[in-house]
Amino acid sequence: MISDTACFHCGEAVTTGRRYLVAFDDGDKPVCCPGCKAVAEFIRQTGLAGYYDFRTADAPRPDAPEPDTIRPEWLAYDRPQLQAALTVEIGNGRREILLLIEGVRCAACGWLIERAVGAMGGVDAIHVNPATARARLVWDPEQTQLSRIMDAVARLGYRPHPVTAAADSAVATRERRQALKRLAVAGLGMMQVMTYAMSMYAGAFQGMDEDIRAFLRLVSLIVATPVVLYSGFPFFAGAWRDIRAARPGMDVPVALAIGAAYVASLYNGVRGGGEVYFDSVTMFVFFLSLGRFAEMAARHRAGSLSDALARFAPATALRLEGEPAEPVTVGVAELAAGDRLLVRPGDAFPADGRLCRGNTHVDEAMLTGESRPVPKSAGDRVIGGSINTGDPVEVVVERTGADTVLSHVGRLLERAQTTRPVIARTADVVARWFVVGVLVIAAVVAAIWSSVDPAAAFEVTLAVLVVTCPCALSLATPTALTAATSGLAGDGLLVSRSDVMELLARADRMVLDKTGTLTRGRVSLQELRPLGPESTDGCLRVAAALERESEHPLAAALASARAPVATSVSVARGQGIEGAVDGDLYRIGTPDFVSVIAGPPPSEAGDDSASVFLGTEGRWLAAFTFEDPLKPGLSDVLAGLSDLGVDVEIASGDTRGPVERVGTRLGIDRRRWRQAPEDKLERIRELQRAGHRVIMVGDGINDAPVLAGADVSVAMGAGAPLAQTSADMILLGESLAPLPDGIRTARKTLRVIRQNITWAVLYNLTALPLAAAGVLAPWMAAIGMSLSSLLVVLNSTRLGGAGGRPAARAASARPPGSRQATAAETGS
Amino acid sequence: MTIIYVLIPVGLILLGLAVWAFFWAAGSGQFDDLESPAWRILLDDDTRPPPDDDRADEKKDG
Repeated sequence: MISDTACFHCGEAVTTGRRYLVAFDDGDKPVCCPGCKAVAEFIRQTGLAGYYDFRTADAPRPDAPEPDTIRPEWLAYDRPQLQAALTVEIGNGRREILLLIEGVRCAACGWLIERAVGAMGGVDAIHVNPATARARLVWDPEQTQLSRIMDAVARLGYRPHPVTAAADSAVATRERRQALKRLAVAGLGMMQVMTYAMSMYAGAFQGMDEDIRAFLRLVSLIVATPVVLYSGFPFFAGAWRDIRAARPGMDVPVALAIGAAYVASLYNGVRGGGEVYFDSVTMFVFFLSLGRFAEMAARHRAGSLSDALARFAPATALRLEGEPAEPVTVGVAELAAGDRLLVRPGDAFPADGRLCRGNTHVDEAMLTGESRPVPKSAGDRVIGGSINTGDPVEVVVERTGADTVLSHVGRLLERAQTTRPVIARTADVVARWFVVGVLVIAAVVAAIWSSVDPAAAFEVTLAVLVVTCPCALSLATPTALTAATSGLAGDGLLVSRSDVMELLARADRMVLDKTGTLTRGRVSLQELRPLGPESTDGCLRVAAALERESEHPLAAALASARAPVATSVSVARGQGIEGAVDGDLYRIGTPDFVSVIAGPPPSEAGDDSASVFLGTEGRWLAAFTFEDPLKPGLSDVLAGLSDLGVDVEIASGDTRGPVERVGTRLGIDRRRWRQAPEDKLERIRELQRAGHRVIMVGDGINDAPVLAGADVSVAMGAGAPLAQTSADMILLGESLAPLPDGIRTARKTLRVIRQNITWAVLYNLTALPLAAAGVLAPWMAAIGMSLSSLLVVLNSTRLGGAGGRPAARAASARPPGSRQATAAETGS
Repeated sequence: MTIIYVLIPVGLILLGLAVWAFFWAAGSGQFDDLESPAWRILLDDDTRPPPDDDRADEKKDG
């Protein structure tokens, strides 16, 4: 059943027997499903086929093709209440909205959306930022509706979500711009001051007019002042915060060194005698700002919590209004407790509530980890954000907005993020001792020299401060981490918290989730076993017809647009579907369900819970086996991990059968099934108590607390975004291959950090007694400090290409499965 | 060497201009997205088929 052809649009394997083809200029291209076909044809017709030439990642797999009319969920965005909450009037009658666009994978996606939407009448401007997947849209409500534009984006196979005004992306942008400006001032200032310093050094040897020397010092002062006060401001602010909290961190000596050297230079500059250290100060500020900037950039890329919530909570709901009740599409913000809502199959529940009419199945995988849809009947509670996979139901709203379970999860995660890591505390303790040591030594030196030679006391103390200034020491770690982090990002492993590198290097145990981590997270038809004389194609056709209307995950794997229409279809919950195709009655589902009409099951049917059976009156027709296929290349990854001495185990929320199968095939002996998040967390704690350092790799929201509990947490980029926010690292592609590389790089990073620190400490230990003895003039100390820093930086840059793997891996990322399919494993 | 009394202030003014230009660029969002502008120059209307082809396509589809 499986062909090797990859879908031209989304890159997934084309598995269905019948091919969908799209005619392009250079021939027909195979695609995997009607959804991809519709999108690819739309792209071709709009003349944007160039997208396929330039993209660097496959497109997301779209839902079933959209009918030509605009879907009501988009129409809701035209309601004035919703527009008032989400959009801004920007003059000329134009409105602006910020959209988060799900499915943007590379720059070509952004181009495609900009081209297709920008060409629409009434759209003034649309700019897509592929890095943040955000689009800024300006349109004229007189000429077109927002719903039309949203629909156009959806038609391209992406899903737009409005970002509310309070989104923290604005904060991140401001922070980034601010940091860039500080960096630029520091960099430009440093270059200027260096040229002045050079000429002064040269002048010291060759002779220089006193006037010119004074002038150069004055100019250095003018340039260095904004560098220290503006670019250096974060260090002073940080130091002040540390002092007020009585917890001296690295910022304190940094601020003290910058401050003291600047004040001394200022004093000497005005006085017209003694040394000035403007060059050292500006360079110091620049290097430190550079490190901070790189850290900030990595943090921002890791995504934010508001993104995640925006994706799970739907923006609109169908409220039942009037008598007789008519569904009206409204914004979720308009909902209140007591409202009655209609929730269609495949839609997410807009708020927490209670079923009041109808029975259905609900996919709560992102909250509970339960891989199968949970049956719900009238009176049962449903959670906002979970997905209705069964029949249309009516719900009475109980809690909305910040009171919902989903919001609580978000807040819990935020709290988990603020109370963290052992390593951060250790680093703080070390820094505190170091800082205290430096301050004490400086004070002692100052005291001794004051009694011995008061005139030289200031210079000597300053020399001590400059020489012991943890410049090289403070650069030792961040530069190495930054170099390693950017190297890993090129390999497809994004580090969102740089302090994780040390733990990653020391990890000796890896706990893997199964669904979506080891497997593709998407069920597909593995095998069709005929039990009668009918052709496989015929069986597939009938099965597709029966499953056509079903929202069951297995149905998605079977569904095909060309199937005939089944009549008098009835669904037996948890058992199967009955219906008539071309006049004959068929049943598809569990063996018991099918045997009612087909008679006793044939011996080869067996009792395989992973199979679904098809039968007609008096005859068994076929057995379908579904499986969530393993990702390719796992054996190499596991071999790599065992070379590194990292033991691997599986902890899955799934049932025993699938976990055992996956474990056996991969040769992983330690496997646990039916693990609730608490069980996984307990297992991790147990390993940690036994002295192991644990890496947890998972993908679902349900893993979020588990991820937070592990020493190192890795989330799949294709998984739920909420998990990413609490994860230390994110795998950008679907492959696990960057993990062993990451551990290798982390170990090398640790080695480099150790070299850097050794060097910095050796330098300080040598220079400190000399400075304290008054042998070393502050300018010598400054040069020594700069040189030692330079050495540290150069040593760290060796890590840049350490991954040693082509960056192309990130580009070969496979798209994530639809949410419904992620939940499914086996059985029906 | 008195020329440096002129040249260095000129340098300072240029430095100020450079900083001002950078602040303006950063403030107007030119550094927010460093990736897609590089693509935008490659991806242009060149790949759009001429109008004639458009019509031909539509006939074929219809």
